[in-house]
Amino acid sequence: MKKSYKIKVDCANCANKMEQAAKKTEGVKDAVVNFMALKMSVEFEEGAEPKEVMQRVLKACKKVEDDCEIYL
Amino acid sequence: MNKKQKKVLRRIVLSVLLLGLIYALFTLHVLPENRWLELGLYLIPYLVIGYDILLKAAKGLRNAQPFDENFLMAVATVGAIALGEYLEGAAVMLFYQIGELFQSYAVGKSRRSISALMDIRPDTANVAREDGTLEQVDPDEVPVGTVIWVQPGEKIPIDGVVVEGQSTLDTAALTGESVPRDVWEGEEVVSGCVNLNGLLKVRTTREFGESTASKILDLVENASSKKSRQENFISRFARVYTPVVCLGALLLALLPPLANLLLGRGSDWSTWIYRALTFLVISCPCALVISIPLSFFAGIGGASGAGVLVKGSKYMETLSRVRLLAFDKTGTMTQGVFEVQGVHHSAMEERELLELATLAESYSTHPISRSLQRAWGGVPDKSRVGELREIPGQGVVAQVDGKSVAVGNDKLMAALGVEAIACRSAGTVVHVAVDGAYAGHILITDMLKPTAREAVAALKSAGVERAVMLTGDSRSAAEETARALGGVEYFAGLLPADKVAKVEELLARKPKGAALAFVGDGINDAPVLSRADLGIAMGALGSDAAIEAADVVLMDDNPLKVAKAIRIAKKCLRIVYENIVFAIGVKLLCLLLGALGLANMWAAIFADVGVMVIAVLNAIRALRVKNL
Repeated sequence: MKKSYKIKVDCANCANKMEQAAKKTEGVKDAVVNFMALKMSVEFEEGAEPKEVMQRVLKACKKVEDDCEIYL
Repeated sequence: MNKKQKKVLRRIVLSVLLLGLIYALFTLHVLPENRWLELGLYLIPYLVIGYDILLKAAKGLRNAQPFDENFLMAVATVGAIALGEYLEGAAVMLFYQIGELFQSYAVGKSRRSISALMDIRPDTANVAREDGTLEQVDPDEVPVGTVIWVQPGEKIPIDGVVVEGQSTLDTAALTGESVPRDVWEGEEVVSGCVNLNGLLKVRTTREFGESTASKILDLVENASSKKSRQENFISRFARVYTPVVCLGALLLALLPPLANLLLGRGSDWSTWIYRALTFLVISCPCALVISIPLSFFAGIGGASGAGVLVKGSKYMETLSRVRLLAFDKTGTMTQGVFEVQGVHHSAMEERELLELATLAESYSTHPISRSLQRAWGGVPDKSRVGELREIPGQGVVAQVDGKSVAVGNDKLMAALGVEAIACRSAGTVVHVAVDGAYAGHILITDMLKPTAREAVAALKSAGVERAVMLTGDSRSAAEETARALGGVEYFAGLLPADKVAKVEELLARKPKGAALAFVGDGINDAPVLSRADLGIAMGALGSDAAIEAADVVLMDDNPLKVAKAIRIAKKCLRIVYENIVFAIGVKLLCLLLGALGLANMWAAIFADVGVMVIAVLNAIRALRVKNL
């Protein structure tokens, strides 16, 4: 399953870091952050619950870049 | 500028003033030379401009993010202050913030100008109430089949058919073409066009979400998630670059002084630590990381303004490498509208033959039947047609006015035992036999688009070395079109599956690094569009299939746009490479000069911010595609 979320982040490198963090999160098969469009598209593992996974993704992103937001 | 940016700007202005004042007070000897006084005073502007960076650095440290750029900037500036370079420490922080502000401003600005280019999203739809007044509603809530009113100056919100009124439409936002289009009752209209003069009443044929404008916006907004090789390279580079430079800084701070100690010379710690700190200033890969996606984003935005939708930066990159181009004939280079060119060898009046053929074909919906009807110029009276037999792939045999009329190709004539006269001209030949006797044939051809020949020539100048026409039509028709296009290679008589095989053959032999694109009108050629390195669909206004299947979508059906799309992509990629080489080059040079002690921290921060500014300005150039 694939879902797209709006995000807020100020620098391009931070967006890359968010992408890395999201990719490594449990339940995420693949993640792409598009800094210019301010969007994160996440492909979930089979059977994963997007809501729970996104909470973990948000936490992981906050860790690498404090000043970021994902609009869930 | 948004609130956040304005706040940073105020802090920048304040700290510039403070720094200037303090510097002047000390150099003019108004204040006594005292280390502690200097430190205390310079710390004020330093904290004004850098407090958020220091806070973020502390957070990054707590989250175990040692290569966080805020942390590195904090180490560099605090280090400089500890070495007694107060002014330098504060100034580095100041320039870093100026750079960040510029970057965020430029990015916001280009985001806005790109959405302005794609300003096709309608906000409301006008629905007539029973009492005749108009009600403005959210287009999302309009069911299919509703009649909406589109007043002059308004955008058509939802796809539909005109039921009343006539007007001129401006399609520029969709197609990039400035020639307006006339519409009247019965015409299909697509959302996103602007109604220029008359009032139109439109019966919607789709929901808002399924309408052209929504689909296009969706496509453009999701475009850059398909990242190009260059973007992936840069994000990998950024991940390695910062740690490597930091390690370099550490080694630079430790090794030379230790070596000096061992050799019994003065260890000179402060010199080497200072040089190491300049490394940290250059350690942020910002210029690279921002300018590459920005270049692609601007390129994609500029292209969509010109009516060329690129579905991702990956395809932008492929498009720039296109050196082989295969294209479909019908609907791509020709108009796909069949016209009767002439009636040959007719045993009777030409019009009479045309009439018989039209009547015999009157139950068919084939384009040939329609072109016969158009040439004859009337509505056939179907009651004159009796028993009718359709033979697939050959034609029809029908009773017309009591006569047996056979209309079809060579195969039908052969099957009926009628000797047909072959046609010397290229095109689709429709033979007619009446009561078993040959009565002549009708030649039907497809018209070349007015810009087709120019388009092929433009491809050559856009770097396409080989253009090949693939068509399902007969050899003679293909040959004539190829000649009219100025002599292109062609393969005729191909079924859809043969086209795929042909493209595979071409793919197998293409030179290394080159890309093969296929251009079609999106009808029947979805398999080829997806098999080629790059699928380009044209004439997509109103054709969902084409928008789905292709990687690049040309909004109108002008073949000249293919060459334009390639030129846009080439410009975009040139900018991308310029930025990569320029930014990495300057950084490496700075690192080298910094290590040798030839570049101080001032030079480092100027190089860092300067490179970023130049790279961003260069990236924005990709937006300008008008004169390509």
